[in-house]
Amino acid sequence: MRKSWFLTLAMLLVIGTVLAGCGSNNSSSGNQVFNMNLSSEPPTLDPALAQDSVSFTVLTGLYEGLTRKDSTGKVIPGVAETWDISDDQKTYTFHLRKDAKWSNGDPVTAHDFEYAWKRVLDPNQNPASPYAYQLYYVKNAQNYNIAADNPNHITDPEQVGVKATDDYTLVVQLENPTPYFLSITSFWTTYPVHSSAKDNAAWAAEANTMITNGPFKITTWKHGNEIDLVPNENYYAKDEIKLSKVHFVMVSNSSTELQMYKTGQLSYSGAPTGEIPTEQIATLKGSNPDEFNNQATASTYYYNFNTTKAPFDNANIRKAFAMAIDRTQLVEKVTKGGQQPAFGFVPPSITGENKSFREEYPDIDLLKPDVAQAKALLEQGLKEKGLSSMPTVTLTVNEGTGHKQVAEAIVDMWRKNLGVEVKIETQEWKVFLKNRQSLNYDIARAGWSADYNDPMTFIDMFTSTGGNNDIGFKNAQYDELVKKAYASSDQHERMQLMSQAENILVKDNMAILPLYYYTGVHMVKKNVKGIVMDYQGMIDYTRASVE
Amino acid sequence: MVRYWIGKLFSVLVSLFILATATFFLMKAIPGDPFTAEKAVPPEIKAKLMSFYGLDKPLWDQYVTYLKNLVHFDLGMSMKSQYQTVSSIIADSFGYSLRLGILSIIVSVVVGVGLGILAAMYHRKLLDSAAMILAVLGVSVPNFVVASLLQYVFGVKLNWFHVAGLNGPLDYVLPIIALASLPIAYIARLTRSTMLEVLSAEYIKTAKAKGIRKRVIIFKHALRNGILPVVTYLGPMTANVVTGSVVVEQIFGIPGLGQYFVGSVSNRDYTLIMGITLFYAVILMVARLLTDIVYGLVDPRIGLRSRKGAA
Repeated sequence: MRKSWFLTLAMLLVIGTVLAGCGSNNSSSGNQVFNMNLSSEPPTLDPALAQDSVSFTVLTGLYEGLTRKDSTGKVIPGVAETWDISDDQKTYTFHLRKDAKWSNGDPVTAHDFEYAWKRVLDPNQNPASPYAYQLYYVKNAQNYNIAADNPNHITDPEQVGVKATDDYTLVVQLENPTPYFLSITSFWTTYPVHSSAKDNAAWAAEANTMITNGPFKITTWKHGNEIDLVPNENYYAKDEIKLSKVHFVMVSNSSTELQMYKTGQLSYSGAPTGEIPTEQIATLKGSNPDEFNNQATASTYYYNFNTTKAPFDNANIRKAFAMAIDRTQLVEKVTKGGQQPAFGFVPPSITGENKSFREEYPDIDLLKPDVAQAKALLEQGLKEKGLSSMPTVTLTVNEGTGHKQVAEAIVDMWRKNLGVEVKIETQEWKVFLKNRQSLNYDIARAGWSADYNDPMTFIDMFTSTGGNNDIGFKNAQYDELVKKAYASSDQHERMQLMSQAENILVKDNMAILPLYYYTGVHMVKKNVKGIVMDYQGMIDYTRASVE
Repeated sequence: MVRYWIGKLFSVLVSLFILATATFFLMKAIPGDPFTAEKAVPPEIKAKLMSFYGLDKPLWDQYVTYLKNLVHFDLGMSMKSQYQTVSSIIADSFGYSLRLGILSIIVSVVVGVGLGILAAMYHRKLLDSAAMILAVLGVSVPNFVVASLLQYVFGVKLNWFHVAGLNGPLDYVLPIIALASLPIAYIARLTRSTMLEVLSAEYIKTAKAKGIRKRVIIFKHALRNGILPVVTYLGPMTANVVTGSVVVEQIFGIPGLGQYFVGSVSNRDYTLIMGITLFYAVILMVARLLTDIVYGLVDPRIGLRSRKGAA
């Protein structure tokens, strides 16, 4: 009998120990708490190393740059109170507010910005900042950042065009007049970094070593599990901050995320860091119209043509494929997220000279779907190539939400409208990227999102030397137009040049096949106010409140 | 005895070495690298990143370096999560998987053996059929279906439990049931059939003839032999529950090691892939060794020496 008592006791002990380790129950339903899903662990919280929407979303609460954006996307003062721009638009002088403080009480100075920007560009910084090119607008920045095989390499950081002339004045010199530079100064890569980062390379890997200057500070970072932000009492505008806590979870399963939202464990669900399952979108839109939102974001979904390989080295064949697609049916029947059919490359939420770029230069001038004309163009193209019929080609897509369904719908349209057979091949994400980058495909799925609010973030992608030009497109006239637009400080002229370039890319050559402009499908609980989704589809929760 | 253990240890080390080598070269054979992204990193910056992580060196060089570090128990840094060591990622996340695993093993054994004994005691009666119907269900319904069902009924509809997360003791209930459903069914069937066999053995008949109470016969005399197959199953089950709960963990939003394993492959986070693979392998091997030991303890007829002879 003694033995079995011992066994029971041992069992109880094991269960007790295990349960004791289960952690405390922190209620997530408290007042003024914003609960959001990140889906995965942020790879870093160092502004210099961040390059993904998960890291950016957390950084938005933790830091503030020289400028911020208001709810309409307008640039407003951040750490910089005012700024002067020289007549040639190549020198920006930022005057910093004197009451900005780090979470440990230190003042935020111009030196912190100079240090942070030079840290991003430092050729010896390890690991290298993958988004360093966001600062290449700054004079000598690129030649300082790139050391290998660069005859123009600059070793002296003093020659980089960013300088704190005193504690509260930052002078920035640019390579070219860059009309959108102010919006760059609210970009995550340009956030200031506290000088304590010098002594501890791993400072941004744990909550207790992070000193930040934003509306919130980080109190908990359980890797792969959760992150908690609470208001930073040293923030200069702390009266504007209503939330008492921002609680991030990392749940990778989208249907679990939706269930958590429905039961109140989350106050927000969906883009940019979460996902609402496609098959649920229609139902949710009907059942929760006050909470559902599918705002347009500055991203385009399109297909790459491999312009270096037959048969898609022929413009008429490319045009035929592009004109034979009914995009309205695609967005209404397949993607269902309120996406807008795309006939150009630059999405509607990108700003032009006065209105949006798309309002000023409508995309319907670039591409008009027309089945009869598509057939004629295909015939003409095949004749030019000396072909009697369309050879079998493959459409390559990556694994993941809905890409296969979109591909199937489009292949079906090609079959019906052009009488051609196209095979579909699905590849794992990185295998797919590798094949696409080495031009190992016929047609491949692609998507591009804006880095800044200007058509250039789309247009300069397809220059002959562009690092992301994975369609093999080379056009001297196109390169010339982009070069002219870079150098111009006249907004009207820039927009015209970029519109002409887009004409060459889409209308004349149909080097890519635009399908639709993305939307950021998400849901916010009715009692949560003040969540702002910007033109890019990223969200700002810093001024939110719970009613 | 000593020779037996040395032999065992040697075979474990050789298996680990072969596994490490195969995984290393297979993983490097997959196209792509940790820095491939939709927005291509400029080639110059990418070259710097590759050299920082030693990925610009010849493959053999990388392999030898990795093995050298491995001998010193250094699994390296993750290439995706900046400044996180592979060992700290494993330590952080495996805690959740282990806690869930241990709890669901305890639940499976207690409930499974209990059901099995009941079924054997009431052989061919209502209770027997009920227990076996439950067991057939448990074996045939995959655990992710059980998990989604539990989540929907008890989380969303009845609101008795949180849908996901592991913040309090109550949050463990649903995942444990989901994880334990298959082992419970399996153990119940195992226990039932061996108990039936044992209960008809001569020594039990003798005990009955001596007028010992039924309860004492079952728990004191029959169970010790009846539980033997369960012990054999315990090793693989432990390894299975602790390492193979990826889908259930995903459904309940549990930050266990499984999600990192899946993520590491799609991120081409080479050091993390290696680290987790080897860690899982060690667990599997240790579980097998423990089974051998426990088996010897429960059944004295099976000595370690004689097992070696058989092998």
